[in-house]
Amino acid sequence: MAKIIGGYFTSHVPGIGGAIVRGDQETPYWKPFFAGFPPIREWLAEAKPDVAVVFSNDHGLNFFLDTMPTFAVGAAAQYDNADEGWGLPVYKSFAGHPALSWHVIDALVRDEFDITTCQKMLVDHAVSIPFELIYPGAESWPIKLVPISINTVQYPLPSPKRCLALGRAVHRALTSWGGDERVLVCGTGGLSHQLDGPRAGFMNPEYDLFCLDNLAAHPDALTGHSAEQVAELAGTQGVEILNWIAARGAMGDAAMCEVSRNYHIPISNTAAASLLLEPA
Amino acid sequence: MSVDLVSDDMQRRRAIPLFDGGLARRGFALNAMCFSFNDRANREAFVADEEAYCAKFGLTPEQRDAVARRDVLAMLEAGGNVYYLAKLAGIFGLGVQDLGALQTGMSVDEFKAMLARWADKVPADARVALCANFGEAV
Repeated sequence: MAKIIGGYFTSHVPGIGGAIVRGDQETPYWKPFFAGFPPIREWLAEAKPDVAVVFSNDHGLNFFLDTMPTFAVGAAAQYDNADEGWGLPVYKSFAGHPALSWHVIDALVRDEFDITTCQKMLVDHAVSIPFELIYPGAESWPIKLVPISINTVQYPLPSPKRCLALGRAVHRALTSWGGDERVLVCGTGGLSHQLDGPRAGFMNPEYDLFCLDNLAAHPDALTGHSAEQVAELAGTQGVEILNWIAARGAMGDAAMCEVSRNYHIPISNTAAASLLLEPA
Repeated sequence: MSVDLVSDDMQRRRAIPLFDGGLARRGFALNAMCFSFNDRANREAFVADEEAYCAKFGLTPEQRDAVARRDVLAMLEAGGNVYYLAKLAGIFGLGVQDLGALQTGMSVDEFKAMLARWADKVPADARVALCANFGEAV
């Protein structure tokens, strides 16, 4: 069976990509955020994952409102980034792992998660930036990608409870896989932020810390809210915490150690965080 | 889920507001235009002839007016979704802090200062970095 070696969680603000391109990592504004990543890189150098199962949300690159899947699993041999509308440099492509993707797809549907299957899927900054942060300067990504996209754009969104259950089903899929891959589970986005409306600029450190303090040991504590309540608590884009919740589920229910944590306000309009967990 | 809880969530969608079926239906044409801006050629076509480009996507008069006035709150009211509107904002050279300032009536500097002040809300005893219990099972 595949070995789940850890869970990596991070914000994915587009501006982080700009800061990397400009080399701003050590500037006073960005340093408190980038300081969260050296411990994660050190851990990765030892842990050497070869597959990443990444829960994230599309920002209008791959999916439009004509067809908006609640949960979509990539099954491609390669995942490309593309111009997201701002003409910025395009991120590196990822190699896929179609055999593992199809195993996850089969297992999820057997487990009554009626997901959408994507043999073509563009991945946006929500997938690329987390790997730019942990493998800086890499010529190619040292991991193969299995991307799982969660709708955080158009309500109704899946509930936190459903996202945790999806993650747990992915965990069961990974443990029934015949290969011996070392899997890093990733959840990207958040934490609290709101870009739109009169409440633009809203953050909620109290809710963010509730999430950070409970994700490892008590992930079910995060499922007491509806998606709408999460939007009220975390801001309209803070619902990206759904990706973290699903990823935590995919780590399984064993006890977890917290290897690294960083929480910093603000990066762009966002309360930013990084977190690394590993099975105890 | 009980009827009361569903009703609470529907009220939240209207109050915040959240982009649900009502806004998604109202905003389809505007969001479709913004989605097209992933292609540089389309961004250039919009800049070259904004009126014709908006007409091609069948924007409603309300949407066309909001775009013409660069009125972000009106675009949202007309069903625009911020993930797609961000691509239109890019054409105008506006980042998310510019959008925040436009929506709240603050200057960009005031908006940035407001963002930074959220750090004051982090409790003094909060664990915001790796702490002494490194590696301890939680």
